[in-house]
Amino acid sequence: MTVESSAARKPRRTAAGKAGTTGGKTGTTGTKRTTRTTRSTAKKSTEPDLVQLLTPEGERVGNAEYDAYVAGITPEELRGLYRDMVLTRRFDAEATALQRQGELGLWASLLGQEAAQIGSGRATRPDDYVFPTYREHGVAWCRGVDPTNLLGMFRGVNNGGWDPNSNNFHLYTIVIGSQALHATGYAMGVAKDGADSAVIAYFGDGASSQGDVAESFTFSAVYNAPVVFFCQNNQWAISEPTEKQTRVPLYQRAQGYGFPGVRVDGNDVLACLAVTKWALERARNGEGPTLVEAYTYRMGAHTTSDDPTRYRGDEERLAWEAKDPILRLHRYLEASNHADEGFFAELEAESEALGKRVREAVRTMPDPDRFALFENVYADGHALVDEERAQFAAYQASFADEGGH
Amino acid sequence: MAEKMAMAKAINESLRRALDADPKVLIMGEDVGKLGGVFRVTDGLQKDFGEGRVIDTPLAESGIVGTAIGLALRGYRPVVEIQFDGFVFPAYDQIVTQLAKMHARSLGKVKLPVVVRIPYGGGIGAVEHHSESPEALFAHVAGLKVVSPSNASDAYWMMQQAIQSDDPVIYFEPKRRYWDKAEVDPEAIPAPLHKARVVREGTDLTLAAYGPMVKLCQEVAAAAADEGKHLEVLDLRSVSPLDFDAIQASVEKTRRLVVVHEAPVFFGSGAEIAARITERCFYHLEAPVLRVGGYHAPYPPARLEEEYLPDLDRVLDAVDRSLAY
Repeated sequence: MTVESSAARKPRRTAAGKAGTTGGKTGTTGTKRTTRTTRSTAKKSTEPDLVQLLTPEGERVGNAEYDAYVAGITPEELRGLYRDMVLTRRFDAEATALQRQGELGLWASLLGQEAAQIGSGRATRPDDYVFPTYREHGVAWCRGVDPTNLLGMFRGVNNGGWDPNSNNFHLYTIVIGSQALHATGYAMGVAKDGADSAVIAYFGDGASSQGDVAESFTFSAVYNAPVVFFCQNNQWAISEPTEKQTRVPLYQRAQGYGFPGVRVDGNDVLACLAVTKWALERARNGEGPTLVEAYTYRMGAHTTSDDPTRYRGDEERLAWEAKDPILRLHRYLEASNHADEGFFAELEAESEALGKRVREAVRTMPDPDRFALFENVYADGHALVDEERAQFAAYQASFADEGGH
Repeated sequence: MAEKMAMAKAINESLRRALDADPKVLIMGEDVGKLGGVFRVTDGLQKDFGEGRVIDTPLAESGIVGTAIGLALRGYRPVVEIQFDGFVFPAYDQIVTQLAKMHARSLGKVKLPVVVRIPYGGGIGAVEHHSESPEALFAHVAGLKVVSPSNASDAYWMMQQAIQSDDPVIYFEPKRRYWDKAEVDPEAIPAPLHKARVVREGTDLTLAAYGPMVKLCQEVAAAAADEGKHLEVLDLRSVSPLDFDAIQASVEKTRRLVVVHEAPVFFGSGAEIAARITERCFYHLEAPVLRVGGYHAPYPPARLEEEYLPDLDRVLDAVDRSLAY
């Protein structure tokens, strides 16, 4: 249990801090819970109740609770967030194109989710640890993982592609929600070590139906683990809408586990940054887990194998395009004179260069050595693997004897 | 100083030694703390090492293994308890898709020294899901090591070795042997974790078993000796990797092999042994490799388990069939 170790960590913040907001965040704001079993009420309860700092029109709006977390943000940092989002989108577009050209076997696009990922990713510290699902290209970017490393598994040359401990960014996890438990266990270890770093686990609205996510909520609450659950509700789990996953707004789930949940406008990079900073700070201060639901939209397909035209109409996408995360920060930067044409032009050039680098990296990516099949199956070795490696080697050598390949 | 103790006590002493030696070792599971586990294998450990080292978990097997993976990623060496064999399946996904593969996926950058303890097997009159032998399901998965001690001394030492291993180890404890006593010498130099051992020399036929069936095979060999048959008994100790060299050496001597396990015979570990030994020892064998084990049926209610489990007569019958070739 983390009780004894959390005592050795940084002193808790005073009661005047965010601890007092728990009730408000997990409350049923504007929802009639007594009638929630009816279809119409359930529908109504899923309407957004968002923390927002930037409107879709790019206007900065105040928020009493979260303004403090972005109060000192400089124009340069704002331009940095914009750059992150633009380059991430460019990388993503390049990867999608490369899949269409047959260079990648599959790609899971993040189009539309740039603000959720960059805002939350930039809220983390280098000593924090990130457990992504398989779409967190923007978070990887924030953690300093070279984007070309993300393509190895999609090209089929490896099942990972980076050292998780180099950037405290775990490998992508394909089984939905498994990593929420890894994050929780890791956070339990952080607490035991008396460290003041935090852990953040990413997953989607579909994963919220998985037992592992529910179990990670239980474990993190019971052990007061310093973990932030960052759910990107992009409205669709392949072809299944959020209504097929839950009958209450996802952020409200946290209440049942005894920790705060908050819904943030996932297309608002400033709000995502602020809310995630708040949640990570809670974790660092020994206040336990938080569920952040970033309410956003997957503008593209689930993966390149998917065909969203079969299950959703253009109208929905157009409505969300109006809330485009990059567009709104662009508007804000222009209106506030925080960026000039020179900046945007330079960024466009940088974007082109990134696209070129990604294309070249994929096309020159070497296939793995065939003996990689047998590498790292075990840390301490295994007699059967040794035997089969030798058989494989003999089989390969038999071609050489025949003067073949 | 060697001491006679029951297998459950030997595992307890081994865990105690590991907790003492390495502050990164953790015990996790349902009821492992105050209660000391439903079999009391972890008895007294929480009292002496605290709730931070011996962790009572929520009742969620996937959660236990999944958080143990996270703790291992952070540098801890968790030893988790699954209360009974049949309850490992909620955790099977985490074990197979995550625990087994992360080392390979990370190209060796990540190590997951997690031990999953599973009391397994029948013969104690339990209700359903409390008597199963799912070892083949784990041995089939690359990345996992699977072991099962047959006696207190091995239980003690194999636990030390499993905890020290940088690979995930599924450690099957034969629950019906928990109360059998044997000498345990904490100063001894143990056999390697995955090496089989000849527990009785013989010349006429080899009986290969592991875990709960080793004792039965020793009884079979004793009974056969009364009839003038000299059976060799091999305690395999490890199911993955399997010590085929030891089986081969024995079969080249005796020319006959009967494999005994509690798990269903169909697609079981005996099938793998039979196939490989046939390949390795085809010209030495005087009879096909025979298997004795459970049927392709759900583990039966307690009053039928005597029919399901291999017993003295069923193994002797297989011995006779082999010798008749």
